[in-house]
Amino acid sequence: MAVVFQRTNGLTEKPFHYCPGCTHGVIHRLVGEVLEELGVLGDTIGVAPVGCSVLAYDYFNCDMHEAAHGRAPAVATGIKRVHPDKVVFTYQGDGDLASIGTAEIIHVAHRAEKITTIFVNNAIYGMTGGQMAPTTLIGQKATTSPYGRDAAHSGMPLRVSEMMATITGAVFVERVSVDTPANIRKTKKAIKKAFEIQLEGKGFGIVEILSTCPTNWGLTPTESLTWLQENMIPYYPLGNFRTPEEAK
Amino acid sequence: MATQQVICAGFGGQGVMSMGQLLTYAGMIEGKNVSWLPSYGPEMRGGTANCSVVVSDKPVGSPIITDATTAIVMNLPSMIKFEKDLVKDGILLINSSLIDKKPSRDDVKAYFVPANEIANELGNAKVANMVMLGAFLELTKTVEVDSIVAALKKVFGPAKEHLVPMNKDALERGAAAVRA
Amino acid sequence: MAKILMKGNEAIGAAAIKAGCKYFFGYPITPQNELPEFMSRELHKVGGCFVQAESEVSAINMVYGAAGAGARVMTSSSSPGIALKQEGISYIAGAELPCVIVNISRGGPGLGGIQPAQSDYFQSTRGGGNGDYRLLVFAPASLQEAVDCTMEAFDLADYYRNPVMVIGDGMIGQMMEPIEFNEPVKRELPEKDWATVGTKGARKPNIINSLALDPAELEKHNIKLQAKYKEMEENEVRYEMYNMEDAEVVMVSYGTTARIVKNAIAALKEEGINVGLIRPITLWPFPHKAFEEIPATTKALLSVEMSMGQMIDDVKIASSGRWPVHFYGRSGGMIPTPDAIANKVKEILGGAR
Repeated sequence: MAVVFQRTNGLTEKPFHYCPGCTHGVIHRLVGEVLEELGVLGDTIGVAPVGCSVLAYDYFNCDMHEAAHGRAPAVATGIKRVHPDKVVFTYQGDGDLASIGTAEIIHVAHRAEKITTIFVNNAIYGMTGGQMAPTTLIGQKATTSPYGRDAAHSGMPLRVSEMMATITGAVFVERVSVDTPANIRKTKKAIKKAFEIQLEGKGFGIVEILSTCPTNWGLTPTESLTWLQENMIPYYPLGNFRTPEEAK
Repeated sequence: MATQQVICAGFGGQGVMSMGQLLTYAGMIEGKNVSWLPSYGPEMRGGTANCSVVVSDKPVGSPIITDATTAIVMNLPSMIKFEKDLVKDGILLINSSLIDKKPSRDDVKAYFVPANEIANELGNAKVANMVMLGAFLELTKTVEVDSIVAALKKVFGPAKEHLVPMNKDALERGAAAVRA
Repeated sequence: MAKILMKGNEAIGAAAIKAGCKYFFGYPITPQNELPEFMSRELHKVGGCFVQAESEVSAINMVYGAAGAGARVMTSSSSPGIALKQEGISYIAGAELPCVIVNISRGGPGLGGIQPAQSDYFQSTRGGGNGDYRLLVFAPASLQEAVDCTMEAFDLADYYRNPVMVIGDGMIGQMMEPIEFNEPVKRELPEKDWATVGTKGARKPNIINSLALDPAELEKHNIKLQAKYKEMEENEVRYEMYNMEDAEVVMVSYGTTARIVKNAIAALKEEGINVGLIRPITLWPFPHKAFEEIPATTKALLSVEMSMGQMIDDVKIASSGRWPVHFYGRSGGMIPTPDAIANKVKEILGGAR
């Protein structure tokens, strides 16, 4: 019998704790597959954030380092400076990266650290129970924006990829989504490209992945995918914002 | 030897810090116990600068000087600020090129050295600090002049060793200025 | 080796490099700037790396990453900057990683001032960050001691897998004194087989972590940490006893303040008043056992600090009510004078007689 699909060695056998329908699982798998395909698993150190993916260190089948909230890029910098020949990545959510960790993400790019960041944007704080994030859309209800986000009160949602693309050291910036099989394939390609750029020593790379949070959005998994397509993609357009060629 | 507690003070740029460092360095070369403590902070930038040097044959206690045996003052604000810290019969070495006032205390030994004029005669205004240091050494014999020269060579390195003779001259002219 | 004359901040940097420190992450703040500046000049020469971080918070988290990756790593700052680092320090202690943190402290609270102070005693010895953890805290009184403590700090950090702090006030950072570099006593140091260096496919992943969501697991971890701190209390206490024979009053003072106290002791001696000094070199663990050696002649203790009275709590605990505990301190960057300290001693004795 031919094997057509199997577990990636990029992930451990530990069962995920993620909610049903959450796309973290898909994204974890894509990262694991890429690390395995690039043959770098044994030379990779990942940095887990604070947020839903706080336990990511149990899932990736490589050395892992847990960081304080928002500080993953700083921790990754410390690791990469000690081991410049190793592959170092951070895996961060939008509360972690776009709120409490803005200084760290800006400056890891500013220093052009040869690090890859996987940025999972689901427009809400998941782990703490659905509070408003900088990425929460206008009108979107969250436990700390119970009447829907109001621009006059909380400002407009932060577009991280567009912001990162203004930093010279960020040589690869791409926004992708895991809402359809086709987009999942594109996401994997972007992740692979980001790691390849790190291996080539070109600079900092970030892949922003639009993701769902059925639990805190109060939707079913399929409704969540539709909501992502109808609400997130129009505000957070998919596409590449920077390649090393452009960065020159 | 008695413990020497020396305050060097002046404008930033008059070389008061390096004067104190050379004295400290020379003391160390002679195997004495030494400490050098600078003033630090915004006052360094263009304002007054000062450092406290302790040279002793006993271990240095506090590096902060509350009872100075000597104050070397390169400008008027420094004299006003530090003459009160001198012990009775302490030495007040005054750069008379820039200070035209008499000290207010009459229980200290004041010496007037026209350090800038002497330095200018030597062809380099920057050695005014060395003139004052030479005067100090002549009066107190805290360290040998040779030790200061050895310290200078260390601090200057080979690239600036050609400046040593002029600094030596400055030390000697300072000494001559206070020689009875 | 001949002694060399160095500024405190640079001497601490040089000592760190001698001790095998390869990485430094920091952020500018007065009065410790010469230390990161020195590291930026020197670390690359030994195959190491200096990075100026975007903040103290990032700097300590870079230390966290580098320590987890198995490196000998250091950061330095001054009081308000150390306050910012507390998050990372707590994580590093929780994850049981070795690193050295230098605090060239200044007056507070808030932005405070830049002149010497000892008002970070609580911050250094009472945690500072969240959770049940301890730092080994050295408070050198001279540059030679600062150099010795710094060199040994790296070994101790590796030995205990715990952050070690070296705290000096602005005077320690700014002054110059002759120093020499002496190898610390060799310790058997465990291999860093826990470090994140890549599995090479040859072992299970290493995980550096301070998270334990299961309360029973977290309690177990805390009990393990406490056992380690107990071992430090038993083995790493350092202190100096000075002029204790027939002392009528025993002063307790650390860092540069203890040097001023020694001047006061000399002055009092000339007046026929015998005063001793207990000088903690480790602030944590505090030298409780030194207080067992206080002579029968002693009528009172006097805590002398460049703060409004922070160490006095430990002095009271150590005295266990056996002696009245007095306090003299200056704060905000004001430095106690030997005269003022001597007067306080006379006041205490006057009151006791």
